[in-house]
Amino acid sequence: MSIDMAQFHEVFFEESFEGLETMESELLNLDIGDADAEVVNTIFRAAHSIKGGSGTFGFDSIASFTHVMETLLDEMRDGRRGVERETVDLLLASVDRLRDMLEAARDGEPEDAAQVAETQAKLEAMLAGESAAADTATAVEPVDAEAATIPLSTGWLIRFAPFPHMLQTGNEPVRMLRELESLGSYSVEVDTSKLPAFESLDPEECFLAWDIRLEGDISCNDLDEIFDWVDGDCELEISPLDAPAEAEPVVEALAAAKTPAAPAPAEIPEASTAAVENPKEPERRQQNRRAAKPDRRGAKKEGGSIRVGTDKVDALINLVGELVITQSMLTHFGEDFKMSELEKLREGLQQLTANTRELQESVMQIRMLPISFSFQRFPRLVRDMSHKMGKKVELQLLGETTELDKTVLEKIGDPLVHLVRNSLDHGLETPEIRLAAGKSETGVLTLNAFHAGGNIVIEVSDDGAGLDRDRILGKARERGLVGVDEEISDERIYNLIFQAGFSTAAVVSDVSGRGVGMDVVRRNIKELGGHVDIRSTPGQGSTLSIRLPLTLAILDGQLVRVGSETYIISLLSVVQSLQIEMKDVSGIGGQAELYKLRDEYIPIIRLHESLGIEPEHRDLAHGLLVVVEAERRRIGLFVDELLGQQQVVIKSLEDNYQQIAGMAGATVLGDGTIALILDVPGIVNSWSEKSALENEVA
Amino acid sequence: MASVLAVDDSASMRQMVSFTLKGAGHEVVEAVDGVDALSKARGKKVDVVITDVNMPNMDGITLIKELRKLPNYRFVPMLLLTTESGMDKKQAGKAAGATGWLVKPFNPDSLLATVKRVLG
Repeated sequence: MSIDMAQFHEVFFEESFEGLETMESELLNLDIGDADAEVVNTIFRAAHSIKGGSGTFGFDSIASFTHVMETLLDEMRDGRRGVERETVDLLLASVDRLRDMLEAARDGEPEDAAQVAETQAKLEAMLAGESAAADTATAVEPVDAEAATIPLSTGWLIRFAPFPHMLQTGNEPVRMLRELESLGSYSVEVDTSKLPAFESLDPEECFLAWDIRLEGDISCNDLDEIFDWVDGDCELEISPLDAPAEAEPVVEALAAAKTPAAPAPAEIPEASTAAVENPKEPERRQQNRRAAKPDRRGAKKEGGSIRVGTDKVDALINLVGELVITQSMLTHFGEDFKMSELEKLREGLQQLTANTRELQESVMQIRMLPISFSFQRFPRLVRDMSHKMGKKVELQLLGETTELDKTVLEKIGDPLVHLVRNSLDHGLETPEIRLAAGKSETGVLTLNAFHAGGNIVIEVSDDGAGLDRDRILGKARERGLVGVDEEISDERIYNLIFQAGFSTAAVVSDVSGRGVGMDVVRRNIKELGGHVDIRSTPGQGSTLSIRLPLTLAILDGQLVRVGSETYIISLLSVVQSLQIEMKDVSGIGGQAELYKLRDEYIPIIRLHESLGIEPEHRDLAHGLLVVVEAERRRIGLFVDELLGQQQVVIKSLEDNYQQIAGMAGATVLGDGTIALILDVPGIVNSWSEKSALENEVA
Repeated sequence: MASVLAVDDSASMRQMVSFTLKGAGHEVVEAVDGVDALSKARGKKVDVVITDVNMPNMDGITLIKELRKLPNYRFVPMLLLTTESGMDKKQAGKAAGATGWLVKPFNPDSLLATVKRVLG
């Protein structure tokens, strides 16, 4: 039977990467010098699984590499080896190497053999350093090889007397007899002398014994294999047929019996149990290697996959069930409709609406994953980097179960790494400086995720020195980003760090400070429809807060009409809608119209002007103002009419048409018409830029 | 054909074992660890149990020990999936009531041969 092992590769890689993550996080959890046995066991188990799978699926170098790791972990598990920092460091490095190897195998690329060999040599050196056991183990191997070449005999005499309990191990003596029979010419005598009287016979026990004469070119190994599993469950005597009858080669224990007694060549050493049981294994291993090799090519990168909890799938199936019921009910109306049933039809349609909505929510749920998938890389990162920089840092992870869309989750990883590196490098101080400032010498870095409205907020905070306002301002003036005499708010100063090429790091360190990063971070987050903000207090630390939409596929929209066109504004950005009181409208120097909303003046943007279309109303008094907020600024959008609110599926303009400034996408409305979705942050930004420009000109 | 209870915490190994056995016409019940296997085994009869040794929650050796306590499972062949380094596991497995073992890495053919062997 030939089975294509490549079909299991994807699952194997998936679980192996998960195993690596477990290993990494548990290694970071290990208390040096006082390790929790269960933690060590978990790490061991992960390595063990990867080893078993890689061997089975034909990834030999991975199997051999994990074997060494496993041996080391086994020593730690048994308490033969203490948990030292250097051991943990080496194991962490090995996890990295293993990840590279798995990635290479998955992508069908060659692995970096030199690096692998180097790490493997380090592991082996560490093992050799203390383990005498390992030496004996390797010393046994050559014996195995010799044992495998034990010469054939022309036949065997076998006395096989199962102990009464053998049946209860699931071993059936008849099986052994049948297998012996298949080896050669065979005759058997049954010994019933131990059989008790019928009344006292326990049918669950075995009382029979057999004397078997087996002729043919049969190796001792063949016999071993048959009786391998019942070692200790029976009395077994094996002697070669051509042995002198009185040579008394009868040996009791199975293990010893495997050395052919009389004609044994002198060079065959006394085989231990271990030595005798082993010979088959190198053989088998080799067979497997040969068999598995062709599969290797099959390992190609597959399209992304999601692991979905069964509860979520069950919920979906349940909902589809309800949908089917509603559908059959509605079909029934369609066949023979009477006006008297109108109310019932309405109910049915309402039911359908509810079902659809629930189904939609459940489907979206499938794409939602906990942010811990993204957070879990940070303990290692923070540990390694703080070591390197000589800082003491405690990492706090909060809200790890907060769920967000898989795509968002994947894309937020890199920006988060940038922010965490930045906090470690620029935010948190060295222990000396912290102590001098009256703080504890260990800095705290917090990653927190939570839901706020329809958004997910991820915060990276540190209790470090905070941003250096004057230095940023100085740098900005130097670069001409801020006028020499211009005074701007702290908030704007802090947000300058998101400008391209802006770095105030005095020394360009290994970690950060090259001035790339923060602008990329902001761009990436914007691409996800989110935005990033910074708050900072000198001496107390900074908080970077990323606000992201829960999903990229659907938004709750407010439909508005301008002229004959319908536009959609994300409800998340709508603060309020109001009828304009002309007394509250003012214009400053004829440049821009402002509306006084309570104590605040907000700019009015006439949508028909920015969009270049013919409105129904040009007079502010007749239309409506939709106040929206983005990037911590509020503006008022002047529209003709508010229509309904509904959820809309976002269709990309880039994919279906082309990018349009001021538009975030398009959607198809219930009546089949297409409506554009306004890019509120974009509009707010372009207004800010424009007004800044006008200010300068003025 | 036989019904087999296949227990492994590794999804890929479980899939491989299950696919191979189903391909040979056997019926397969999969379980992810000892606890899962025990609950699936209760009140049911299978012809062969194949279990990994190292698993979270309940390992394969404990599973075999527990299964042997169930009246339905006193004589059922139970195979351990071990690695060549797991020699001591074989002995512990035997003490717990294991019938035999299959050494990892193994290929589908040797799995089928072993199952065939215990089914007689």
